[in-house]
Amino acid sequence: MSLRVAVIDYQGGNLASAARGLELAAVHRQIPVDVQITSCPDDVRRADKIVLPGQGAFADCAAGLANVDGLKASLLEQVAAGTPFLGICVGMQLMAERGLEHGITPGFGWVHGDIAKMDVGSAKLPHMGWNELRFEPGSHQLLEGLKPDDHAYFVHSYALTNGLPDETIATTDYTKDIVAMVAKNNMAGTQFHVEKSQAVGLQILGNFLSWSP
Amino acid sequence: MLKLRVIPCLDVKDGRVVKGINFTSLRDAGDPVEQAALYDQAGADELTFLDITASSDNRDTILDVVQRTAEKVFLPLTVGGGIRTVQDMRRLLLAGADKCSVNSAAISRPELISEAAEKFGSQCVVVAIDARQTAPGQWEVFSHGGRKPTGIDVLQWAKRAQTLGAGEILLTSMDRDGTGEGFDLGLLKTICNAIQLPVVASGGVGELQHFVDGAKAGATGLLAASIFHFGKFKINDVKQALASANLPVRL
Repeated sequence: MSLRVAVIDYQGGNLASAARGLELAAVHRQIPVDVQITSCPDDVRRADKIVLPGQGAFADCAAGLANVDGLKASLLEQVAAGTPFLGICVGMQLMAERGLEHGITPGFGWVHGDIAKMDVGSAKLPHMGWNELRFEPGSHQLLEGLKPDDHAYFVHSYALTNGLPDETIATTDYTKDIVAMVAKNNMAGTQFHVEKSQAVGLQILGNFLSWSP
Repeated sequence: MLKLRVIPCLDVKDGRVVKGINFTSLRDAGDPVEQAALYDQAGADELTFLDITASSDNRDTILDVVQRTAEKVFLPLTVGGGIRTVQDMRRLLLAGADKCSVNSAAISRPELISEAAEKFGSQCVVVAIDARQTAPGQWEVFSHGGRKPTGIDVLQWAKRAQTLGAGEILLTSMDRDGTGEGFDLGLLKTICNAIQLPVVASGGVGELQHFVDGAKAGATGLLAASIFHFGKFKINDVKQALASANLPVRL
């Protein structure tokens, strides 16, 4: 029986890379998977794992998700019922309480904190490129097989602020500590593009497929 | 610490990689998907495809190239060349591109930048600027593959692109492109100091020191084509040269 993975499609953008990354990670782990790019609530309900990618503005992504009939409801239900969830980039940001871009937009409120514009002084924004992950080795299953200072690919101008240390499992340094990964119970998210982070990204996707929170 | 990005650029025409000297006299340097996979293994930080299939007949060949590349390569992929509409961008993003770079179409209709940024997010929108020096400290924007003068000042255009919601500037010196004399450092400094967006330097690298010079001038991305394709340097040679100059790279 294959592991059913739903990659939620609510706006377009590059979902193919996330789906292919999951498939390749599954081959490496010898986990049979059925990865579906879908906006159908029933597919989300049937899924063993849920992945929510996201690009662009927090408010647009939140609206895009709400615009598909029943999609958001199915996501919230399944995650509340314990289905492992991985949010990528804005998909991770949506896990927070609020987004503060173009007014205030509520997030899922799964982790503490708000998504606010990064205050980096005269440094370039977006924070774009490869940056090191900082984490406590052995602190979370999703980080297994990674070394602190492995690099991940980031593109973002907004980040989680006022988060809880308990819910932050990795950070990166861009003029100061930036939240790179969050996790709580069956919910996890990466600010960086795990599907664009070569071997490091595939390792995390594989960890997610093996993850039993 | 954020690392400099070393970005090989593949000029693609009708689905094949080519690279011109000063944009003419093209030479065939192979299959784009194979090359992309090699660059991926060699430690490239991103990849750029520049589609120079100018006629609309063969425009869809790039979609196939992007799709086949994205199946193999888990690295950020930028595609530029001939993009005129938000719909063009959407098709490329769906095929597996992460960023689209717009040039001539954005010059004739700057709202394209804001429309694309609204629809896909700024991080998807690269504004490519082909610049030619007109006077000391002054550069003019050229469109249509660097053939057509626009009368627009490069600095003003870069600032406008930032305001409209671009996520990155790809800055090519037409004076240096294909010469191997190094980036136009005056141009780079002028633009990098004036805007907050990341700037990718392009046009002119011939020696390893040129990458170091470009980074010191403020570029956070360093793009090159010929020197990689024809094997003069490997990606790792560039990174070692940057590291030796105490610049941050992902090794």
